[in-house]
Formats: sequence, C-alpha cells, structure tokens
Amino acid sequence: MKEIVIISGKGGTGKTSITASFAMLAGAEAVVADCDVDAADMHLLMQPNSVKEESFYSGQLAVIDQDKCIQCGQCAQVCRFDAISVHDDCHVVNPVSCDGCGYCPRVCPADAIKMEERKAGSWYISETKANNRMVHAALDIGAENSGKLVAKVKNEAKALAKQQNVRYILVDGSPGIGCPVQSSLSGANFVVLVTESTLSGLHDLQRVYALVKKFRIKAGCIINKADLNEMVHEQILSFLAMENIHHIADIPFDRTFTDALVAGKTVVELESSLVAQQVKRAWEIIKDLNQSV
Amino acid sequence: MKIAIASGKGGTGKTLLATNLASYWSERQSVVLTDIDVEEPNDALFLQLPKIAQEERFKFIPSWDSTRCTLCGQCQEVCNYHAIIQLGTEIMVFDELCHSCYACSELCPAKALPMVPHKIGELTHYHHANLSFVESRLEIGEEQAVPLIAQTHRYVDDHFSKDHVQLFDCPPGTSCPVIEATKHADFVILITEPTPFGEHDVKLAMQTMHQMNKPFGLVINRADVGNSDLLAYCKANTIPVLATIPFDRHIAEAYAQGLLVYEQVPAVKPALDQIIDFLQAFAINQK
Repeated sequence: MKEIVIISGKGGTGKTSITASFAMLAGAEAVVADCDVDAADMHLLMQPNSVKEESFYSGQLAVIDQDKCIQCGQCAQVCRFDAISVHDDCHVVNPVSCDGCGYCPRVCPADAIKMEERKAGSWYISETKANNRMVHAALDIGAENSGKLVAKVKNEAKALAKQQNVRYILVDGSPGIGCPVQSSLSGANFVVLVTESTLSGLHDLQRVYALVKKFRIKAGCIINKADLNEMVHEQILSFLAMENIHHIADIPFDRTFTDALVAGKTVVELESSLVAQQVKRAWEIIKDLNQSV
Repeated sequence: MKIAIASGKGGTGKTLLATNLASYWSERQSVVLTDIDVEEPNDALFLQLPKIAQEERFKFIPSWDSTRCTLCGQCQEVCNYHAIIQLGTEIMVFDELCHSCYACSELCPAKALPMVPHKIGELTHYHHANLSFVESRLEIGEEQAVPLIAQTHRYVDDHFSKDHVQLFDCPPGTSCPVIEATKHADFVILITEPTPFGEHDVKLAMQTMHQMNKPFGLVINRADVGNSDLLAYCKANTIPVLATIPFDRHIAEAYAQGLLVYEQVPAVKPALDQIIDFLQAFAINQK
C-alpha cells in the first residue's frame, strides 16, 4: 500500500482537480483522503454518497458560570490570548480568542470556570462515482485547523485501505507549510508537488519542498500553466534538477480545468482534451515511480 | 482604516489584488500593505522596495531547569497541548506543540520552567515614497501561524496611525489563521472566481465574516470563466460586489513574471478605481 500525497504550497495551482483525476483513474485501486479540510472541495467533483458521518471534537473552551463568578478578574490576568473581557460588569470568554489552554480554571478562586469539549467539524466516509471510497471532512467555521482533523481523515483512510486491501491512498493535502500540511505529509510514501510557472508558484514550491525534505519523502512535480512564462519554467526545472525531484509532467495554461469543473467533472473525463492525456500520462509515471519507492 | 483581503479558496488572486491595489492607491495617498499570509508570503516578489528594518520574531516556550525541578509532575498535568511530558527523571518540552499559555511555567511550584524565546519567523519592513510594506515569514517546520500573525498586527499598530490606509494580504481558508488575520479589520474584501470551487469556498468565507460581524464585499476575478451565478447571489443577499476583473492571459503572464498587472494591462485600472472609491465611501460613512 502506497500513500501518495498531493500538495502545492500555493493555492489555485490545480492540486484538487489533479488529485480528483488520479482518483478517477485509480478507481477501486485507491482510497481517497481529502485532507484539505479547511475549504474542502474535492467532493464537488467526486459526487460522494456518504455512508458514515461523525462529529469531530478537538480542543476545549473555557466557560464561566456567572452564578459562581465573583468577578475578581484573575482569569483575565493569566489569559495570554486576551480571551476574557468585562461586559456589563461580568467576565466573559470570547470563544473566537479562547485557545483552550485550561489555565484560567486553575487560578479561579471561586471554581467558576469549566473547560468544555469543542466540536471542530465533521468527517465522512463516502462512496464516489469513481467506484472507490473517500474520507473527507468539513471544518466548522472559524474552528482551529490544528491538523488533528487532517490526522483523523488520514487514519480513517489508512484503516479503510488496509481493510479493502487497495494499492493506493491518494491524499489531497492542504495549502501552506503549517500544521495541517505537516499532518498531511506524515507517513507518506511519495509526494506530488503541483506548481505553476509563476514566480509565486516557484517561491511556494521551494518553501513547501524545504518542509518535504524534513520528512525525507521522495517527490515528483507537475508544472501546471507551464507555458505562462518560459523563464520561470526554466527556473522551476533547474530547481527540480538540483533537488533531484522527478519532473512528472507539464500542463499548458488552458481552460480545460475550468470547463471540467463547471461540468462537475474531473479533467480526465473530458477525454479528447490534451490536458486529459497529460494527466493520464502523469498518473502512469507516478505509479511507476511508486513501484520503486 | 484596516482592510483585509481574504478569499476562502487559494489561488483566486489575493496577492494580485493586494499588491496592485497597494501600489496603485499609493500614487494618491500613503498606504501600508502587510503580508500576513505568513506560511507562503508572496507580495515581496511584486514590490521591489528598499528594506528599512528586519527583525526576528519569537514565541515564548518553557525551558526545563533540572537543578530546580522536584519532578512533581504538575507541568505535564496542566498542559492541555501535551507539549510537556515527564519521562522518568527528565522533563521534555515539545517546542512545536507549545501554545505559549504560560500555565506550566507560572504554576510550577519550584519555578523550574522559565519561559525563553523561540524563533518562529522574521518580519521585514520596506518603504519607498508613499508605500510601506511589512512582511512576516514563518520559519519552515513551525506549525502555528497565529502567534506570528498576532505579532505582525501589533507591529503595524505601533508603526502606523489609524488614518493610514492599511491593507492586509491574509492566508486562505476559513480557520484560525484567517480569523486572526481579519479580526481587527474594518472591512474585508473577499476575492474569488466564479467556478464551483471558488463559489463553494467564498460562501464559507462569507459565513465566517457573518459570524465575526465583519462588513465585507466581493471582488470577482476571472469574471468571465465558469458558470456560477455569484453576481445574482450577491444581489439577492445585498452583498456589495466592489469590482470584477476579467480573465485575460496577459494578466496571468504579467503576474507570472512578478510584474504589477495594472502597469502592463491598463484595463485593470478601472477595477482598482472602483475598489478605492468604494472603500473611501465606506470610510466616510463609518465616521
């Protein structure tokens, strides 16, 4: 079983469209994990029918019992997150700022503060139109994207993959380089970096690859919008060569991605398009590379 | 006035809008742009301004003083982040898990966990003519963007008056970094594209802004691609659409090279004018 994670650093490079295409091509050989839980989009292309749904709890929230509170203000004094303020002569917790550290109940002389479990979102197992299973999640608005929900999605996908004895786990990773991406990467066998021929694309690729290196995972790269700028394209190629990252494919700047998206399809379903051919070839190369990982 | 530029979905044009709006607006009045997309800050690629200051940024984490420690175990019990554990006669601190709440340090009866600085990133301040630019950049391997975003807001408050036009290029998504980035804003611009992904994510971002009670409006980028009826949706829900930017390969090409788009594709200027007019009217109304 190979765990293949698709990440991009920069948003909007086509990561989700490409992951969904691989999920279509892999079919029953794969379990899919949408780890981009903050604004998850893959379900829009995979038409999932959910067979299981569960709430996800993560972190805590301080709650002040006004009947017990003596308004001494010690809680606000120790809070490093400026989450406790006075409204109408009462100390109240701002749930957006509260980090759930649990310091305030420990200093409250009136025992008026309780820590409550906090719902962070929901996660699902679904059947998709690609004849495979997908684990996905929706983070509640403003919830902490701590990477714990990402880890949950991945672990559920792993358990499913084991149980169904499939060859691949395809993980749509999160953008950026912070906690959720690090959760997406942990335990992966291979990373597909999706970038674009823009200076921002190159810059974000370099930063996210510095992170991948810390995890010591083998990587390949797909350059989307490859023909937007020849000079930047060359710079990306020399970065890939220098870092020994396999150059998997170039995909031209093209409206096919948008056309497919609008039709609710993955690009590989628009079979006659050039982009579909290139994405198919990319998937074959990734499969080959993973035999030797 | 503080104006945050956010998006929900990544890659919809936050950086494009932030850099072009800041530069164009600064032709008329003083503007400070702050890049608080600290995980992947890109604005500096488009604004080649002279650097005037650079400083390291830190969070504070406990450091174990074995000579004072009595191994009472209270620190690991109070830590809600499992960032500190006792292994036999050793106390271990996991820097990246620590949220700097100070509970373990201040509640330690032996005062054996003094807080020490731990580098989380770097802040750089640039300035030329009417345009100031502040960028914060998270260290690779650091997990939490929020403390750096909070510190960057404080830096901007210390260095610029409220009368300044303050633009903030925010992280994507709808979770804690975005909340931290937008919570001080007077107005939030959400930039999106009219595709199913763009529409889905901007609706989440709009819900977030509703929950935070933030006034917001939309800028629709690549307005002529896709199928979405975002314009109709905005009209029905009385959400202002500040401007639309067309899909144009020339824009993408200029952006790819790190150029300011309005200097290359003049058709972008009317969109920027509309946004500035809207925000100036908004500011007057607020007063």
